[in-house]
Amino acid sequence: MAVALKRSLAVLVKSLGGPKWWQQASRSVSISASLSRVESPPARADATFKVTMLPGDGVGPELMTAVKDVFKAGDVPVEFDEFHLSEVQNMASEDKLEELLSSMKNNKVAIKGKIHTPMEFKGELASYEMRLRRKLDLFANVVHVNSLPGYSTRHNNLDLVIIREQTEGEYSSLEHESVPGVIECLKIITRAKSRRIAKFAFDYATKKGRNKVTAVHKANIMKLGDGLFLQCCAEVAQLYPKIKYENIIIDNCCMQLVQNPYQFDVLVMPNLYGNIIDNLAAGLVGGAGVVPGESYSAEYAVFETGARHPFAQAVGRNIANPTAMLLSAANMLRHLNLEYHSHMVSDAVKRVIKQGKVRTGDLGGYATSDEFTQAVIANLAV
Amino acid sequence: MAGTAWRSAIRNVLRMLGLTINGQDKTKPQEVSRVLGSFKNGSPQPRNFIREMQTVTLIPGDGIGPEISNAVMKIFEAANAPIEWEERNVTAIKGPGGKWMIPPDAKESMDRNKIGLKGPLKTPIAAGHPSMNLLLRKTFDLYANVRPCVSIEGYKTPYTDVNLVTIRENTEGEYSGIEHLIVDGVVQSIKLITEQASERIAEYAFEYARNNQRASVTAVHKANIMRMSDGLFLRKCREAAEKHKDVKFTEMYLDTVCLNMVQDPTQFDVLVMPNLYGDILSDLCAGLIGGLGVTPSGNIGANGVAIFESVHGTAPDIAGKDFANPTALLLSAVMMLRHMGLHSHGKKIETACFDTIRDKKVLTKDLGGNSKCSEFTEAICQKVRDMD
Repeated sequence: MAVALKRSLAVLVKSLGGPKWWQQASRSVSISASLSRVESPPARADATFKVTMLPGDGVGPELMTAVKDVFKAGDVPVEFDEFHLSEVQNMASEDKLEELLSSMKNNKVAIKGKIHTPMEFKGELASYEMRLRRKLDLFANVVHVNSLPGYSTRHNNLDLVIIREQTEGEYSSLEHESVPGVIECLKIITRAKSRRIAKFAFDYATKKGRNKVTAVHKANIMKLGDGLFLQCCAEVAQLYPKIKYENIIIDNCCMQLVQNPYQFDVLVMPNLYGNIIDNLAAGLVGGAGVVPGESYSAEYAVFETGARHPFAQAVGRNIANPTAMLLSAANMLRHLNLEYHSHMVSDAVKRVIKQGKVRTGDLGGYATSDEFTQAVIANLAV
Repeated sequence: MAGTAWRSAIRNVLRMLGLTINGQDKTKPQEVSRVLGSFKNGSPQPRNFIREMQTVTLIPGDGIGPEISNAVMKIFEAANAPIEWEERNVTAIKGPGGKWMIPPDAKESMDRNKIGLKGPLKTPIAAGHPSMNLLLRKTFDLYANVRPCVSIEGYKTPYTDVNLVTIRENTEGEYSGIEHLIVDGVVQSIKLITEQASERIAEYAFEYARNNQRASVTAVHKANIMRMSDGLFLRKCREAAEKHKDVKFTEMYLDTVCLNMVQDPTQFDVLVMPNLYGDILSDLCAGLIGGLGVTPSGNIGANGVAIFESVHGTAPDIAGKDFANPTALLLSAVMMLRHMGLHSHGKKIETACFDTIRDKKVLTKDLGGNSKCSEFTEAICQKVRDMD
């Protein structure tokens, strides 16, 4: 009797469409209602979340379609705000960037593809992707490299986290030609940003229960620059006595990754080395199509693939692998606290790959992207 | 008689094309390419057809350096290679004017012989002088570092069928050593790319590909991010590709190369790149075939100087105990023989070395066996003698 009263109260509040905290209240009431009655389905969110979507170039739009299809089939309460910003297709301008930034400020969460940077530059040396990162201050890029169950590569059961500083380092876009034929490119390392990324890495390791953080550098050659980075990592490491701290030179690290990748746990590094190691590690578990990645700033979170390539050769041919984008979307759902939906999507993807019947070309199969997406949707309900 | 003149004319043409009648007049493929090369350029290359002893400067190095140099000398003796060794020591000394330099007798020996073989050199920390490798590089202007990576049968790694060469620009790029502390907490490192150095390395890469029957050259860069600097490097590679139309030229981003390298290394042939990417990629490729203990390496300099070296460390913990593995220095020495044109000796020694590793009876500790360095060396010498 009391239970029925509680339920009707919840329905009443919902129908009134009251302010947010009422909705919160109604949500908690319906949860307790469901707890007392085991047979009712678990609580679902009542509000839809708005997420900025940036399809990008190359196969980005196709992958985004896959994400949208899967979300629709799974009844996921997420609404996308789409923006088309592209340097290659001449759809980029300052106003578009501003629109995108204001949407991000509202939504705080985004999912995006890769905005390709053409090699010829007209005026500005910094690409749109770099500018976006700097304006939103997305300083940390986290790529969690996990071997997929059911798909074996030369190294199985890999579980690495690669944390890369994304706003300075070699990607400062500060180049000039001092004398005709002599070009200087500046690599900037600052103490503040190095400390920030080191702290992020150790916090991440603590939160996820990781044991070791390894800093990757080339301080034997770039004594001042990478030396400063290394010093900051060492200073921050002292604040976390429970986590083991090591450091390794980048060329040795690459060699060890192909010979014995199991010795690493969490890796933290400046910009360029991060680019190299992200791609190397993605190749170890199956390529750019299977590894999700995310970028964090103090206020925003952007979800994308781990190894960022526009993959222009596959546009229109329906062969791109949506796994990475779908897993990244699942991570986004977890970030939004939609645990149930997040598990639903990631379990479906992992089940399809484990069964091995429907696989795209990069994993050795013959299915198209659409077939793979359909298979994931079919596995959602189970 | 007209018949014999006609026959000898045909035989000459066939010899130029590398074919034979009844197996006579057989010339090795590499020599043919050098002949064809000179044919195109119009200036004949000086060829030493008389077998005379060529002198090579040997720098044993520190740590395990002396043991492995001895091993190499023994094997060369067993193979009857026409090489005379001149041993020299390089320790940094302060020359007139306060600049650090290598001992003058070592410099004079290298300049005379032009070819050198070097063991691992120790870089003491806080010794006040720059690393020995850096000094050698600056003294002889060693602008290209060549590392051929070929999978060794018998030493199993998860990557089989690796057969690629990394050519790395060795003088500038990110390793120019120009760094400044702008304000407290902000450091700036300068990456320098010059037209002259990029042109030189691109030309060398294509020449190497041509002389060693390599089908394609891939330029590795990051010109989408470092648009001006890597853009210049790429432009020079493209210009060199225009001049060498017989070698296929492709360009690939560094991250794409890393991604594909660990999935399928067979798709790469010759890779040319600036300093930092070269350092990382060449070590990555060394890891694919089994590590620095089995990887050869050569440094090519201006004025025809070439120094071949083993890239591993001095391993002070096993120095003097006869545990060292001479494979890296031996394969570098084979690379040196090929560079000098002594292909038959190079092939003989290389085959002996690979056969010994494949047999797995006598292997040093790092290759998975239990034998000593001297036993391993003796096994190779035996195989070499058996081949004659």
